[in-house]
Amino acid sequence: MDIRQQKILAALENKDTSVYFKDALDNEMVLNMGPQHPATHGVLRLLIKLDGETVAACVPELGYLHRGYEKLAENCSYHEFIPHTDRLDYLSPLMNNTAYVLAVEKLLGIEAPKRAQYIRTIISEMARVSSHLLGIGALAMDVGALTVFTWTFREREKMYDIFELLTGARFTTSFTRVGGLAHDMTPDVISAVKAFFDQFPEKFNECITMLNTNRIFVERLDGVGRISKEKAIAMGMSGPNLRAVGVDCDLRKTQPYLIYNEIDFDIPVFNDGDCLSRYYVRLNEVKESVKIIRQCLEKMPAGPVHANEPKKVLPRKEQVYTKMEELIHDFMLINFGVNPPVGEVYHAVEASKGELGFYIQSRGEGHPWRLKIRSPSFMNLQSTSMLVEGGMISDIVAVLGSLDPVMGEADK
Amino acid sequence: MEISPVIEALIKIIVVIFFILLPCVAYLGVQLERKLSAWIQNRVGPNRVGPYGLLQPLADIPKLFFKEDIVPAAANKFVHSLGPLISLTIAFSTFAVMPFGDTLPIVVNGVVHNISLQIANVNIGVLYVLALSSLAVYGITLSGWSSNNKYSLLGGIRSSAQMISYELSLGLSIIGIVMLSNTLQLNDIVKAQSGYYLFGFLPNWNIFVQPIGFITFFVAMFAETNRLPFDLPEAEPELVAGYHTEYTGMKFGMFMLSEFLAMFAAAGMITTLYLGGWQAPYIEYLNLSPFVVSLVQVGAFFTKFALIVVFFMIVRWSMPRFRYDQLMNIGWKVMIPLSLLNIALTGLFILKPIHTWFN
Amino acid sequence: MQSYIPIFLMIGVSAFLGIVFLVLQRFLGPHRPNPEKLSTYESGMPPVKSARERFSVKYYMVAVLFILFDIEVIFLYPWAVNFRALGLFGYVEMILFILILLVGYLYILKKGALQWD
Repeated sequence: MDIRQQKILAALENKDTSVYFKDALDNEMVLNMGPQHPATHGVLRLLIKLDGETVAACVPELGYLHRGYEKLAENCSYHEFIPHTDRLDYLSPLMNNTAYVLAVEKLLGIEAPKRAQYIRTIISEMARVSSHLLGIGALAMDVGALTVFTWTFREREKMYDIFELLTGARFTTSFTRVGGLAHDMTPDVISAVKAFFDQFPEKFNECITMLNTNRIFVERLDGVGRISKEKAIAMGMSGPNLRAVGVDCDLRKTQPYLIYNEIDFDIPVFNDGDCLSRYYVRLNEVKESVKIIRQCLEKMPAGPVHANEPKKVLPRKEQVYTKMEELIHDFMLINFGVNPPVGEVYHAVEASKGELGFYIQSRGEGHPWRLKIRSPSFMNLQSTSMLVEGGMISDIVAVLGSLDPVMGEADK
Repeated sequence: MEISPVIEALIKIIVVIFFILLPCVAYLGVQLERKLSAWIQNRVGPNRVGPYGLLQPLADIPKLFFKEDIVPAAANKFVHSLGPLISLTIAFSTFAVMPFGDTLPIVVNGVVHNISLQIANVNIGVLYVLALSSLAVYGITLSGWSSNNKYSLLGGIRSSAQMISYELSLGLSIIGIVMLSNTLQLNDIVKAQSGYYLFGFLPNWNIFVQPIGFITFFVAMFAETNRLPFDLPEAEPELVAGYHTEYTGMKFGMFMLSEFLAMFAAAGMITTLYLGGWQAPYIEYLNLSPFVVSLVQVGAFFTKFALIVVFFMIVRWSMPRFRYDQLMNIGWKVMIPLSLLNIALTGLFILKPIHTWFN
Repeated sequence: MQSYIPIFLMIGVSAFLGIVFLVLQRFLGPHRPNPEKLSTYESGMPPVKSARERFSVKYYMVAVLFILFDIEVIFLYPWAVNFRALGLFGYVEMILFILILLVGYLYILKKGALQWD
């Protein structure tokens, strides 16, 4: 251990990580919200200073779910890291799988076949729908409407059945592979997806009518947690939260990846920048996602789902057991990894929470030298204190619900 | 055979508590609430204990006795136990003046005994109920304070602020009824609601005579019972469990019990004051014997009562919760002016009844 | 006074029931305390300062306003019971009373005592 590292370690050991307020006036109460609290969406800790019911100051503290994924990636081969991406934004694992392999493919300079790209689009959008359903349900639950949460969960449950049929797992899907997918989407999955989205709009309308027509719900969110366009950009907000302040920015349109430029869809944008706008953006995005999935299902071509790059793409298992060539490739890929050229690459996708980017630096080895995850939840959470200060205690939960952070992703 | 009034009252109290209120809490409260919420939320609800899960409350409630009673080290032990005790006592006591029916004529040895179906027919019934609902604040506030927990404290303070704010509109709403019936005796208020109104077929219930008063009273009662959308004292997402965060076992059970009882008391008061209490309309056309009439009237009371309870539950499972400032604004800026307006209008219509307006 | 006896009996019986509950709980439930279990719950963190400190004056404001108005509400009850007997005179008198009450109400409204945030 060199002297510099020793110094850093000493500083970390001595550092008092507890948070104090400088001037706690006597009649102001300091309250801990989280990490173990019913409304903080995981293990977010908020230290709040209260003047009566009004929030005078708020300090968010993150890191309770830190598992060191960025460091872990440095010791994983490119394939081995795919299951870890499930655990980032655990509400939309399929989207994370896709985002990660897209970055690796960009580094390798290969591209998955058309069919694989269509399937990736479909599963990404399904993940977005499922994540937004939870976001809307949890927001409703945070402001007190317990029932809507179970209604949206019913729809999510049906989607999880489809994920199970497609990937073999409901939650930790790990479905994508570098240069393709784990396997093809079978006709029964396609018909299950079609059947689901035939009944979904009606059920979804049921859920949101419960909320949109409820004056208490709308008034709980209207004008709460407002942020200006400039501040939102300065705080690095992205995704639905950014589109709620009137910025028409969606990576699916501005830097099209997969097959988004072949699909016709709109980007919902609202201008108020409050909790209600964020809710409306999510709600309309779900509708757009349904549109995208329907078009993808129609246009999806036949063909392979693996790129024809034997030295970079894992061969099929049945071929490994029967053919010499594939056995050798499998051995090399598993033991030494795909060795991408020296260089660095950043690829971002529009995930359900915002811009999910993977920055990979390669030194030509089988594992990344550095992998940085640009997680949207972390960036969105930065503005928490700005949004809740001056509001009431009840607004905190509304703001958190409308920001829709996932701590697995924020803490990495 | 004459029995002393004390013994008679004791028998009535035992019957009301053990044969009406506790079964009501178990089935109309715990079981129905769980089943109803399950149906609303696409779930099945309890269905394992007994046929259709009917024995679930019998498993739920005794279970609480066998749980460890955890009193936080920082808490004030005496007040910590006093809180649920006050809540429960107050919640039960409200039913002392509730008229479940008129009188039940029982013939013993050829002598007709008219048993009043009310524990205490006192001449200040309305004030007694108001006084008790003010006292109910103590149970919650004391338990919130004694736990020495910030969520509890906030819940306790919130609830006292909320309950006393709605206490005002509660008191003001009832004045309209008192003006109409000129009595504070609850049984007499029910009797005053006999007969028919306007077109000769609408029962002369106060809900039709006092629509504004009914709305303000209904909303205030929701707030008094701390049920959604007014359940700020125990707002789960922000205050964890509010004033009963630090309570376990039967002490928590006592809060649950008193919450259900408060809801029943609210339903009973709404029935008594606005829905004609035990009055069953059109019953005089059926030529029934007085005993059967009396039973039908008790049935009518409990039907209305149960319907109100079901309404309370449906609202609870379909509404979000108010924010503190919205709640206070409704209480002070909407409810109080409305109930004052109700008093003025009621006086006007009593002095110059509606049918004399156009001649 | 006779008619009030049942009320006291009712309060007595229900308080007794509550005490029985507390005692039963004490004897039927286990009792294995430890310092962690008995610590105050504050989202899994050691509490920041005690809960028993001064808190915002805004809550007291509600209590003060309540007492002012509740007394006036209680004044309305005797009048309401005798409303028909008092007739128009009583009505006008009480409207005046309510108007005076409304002046006070408008005053606190203007002063901002009913602004909650």
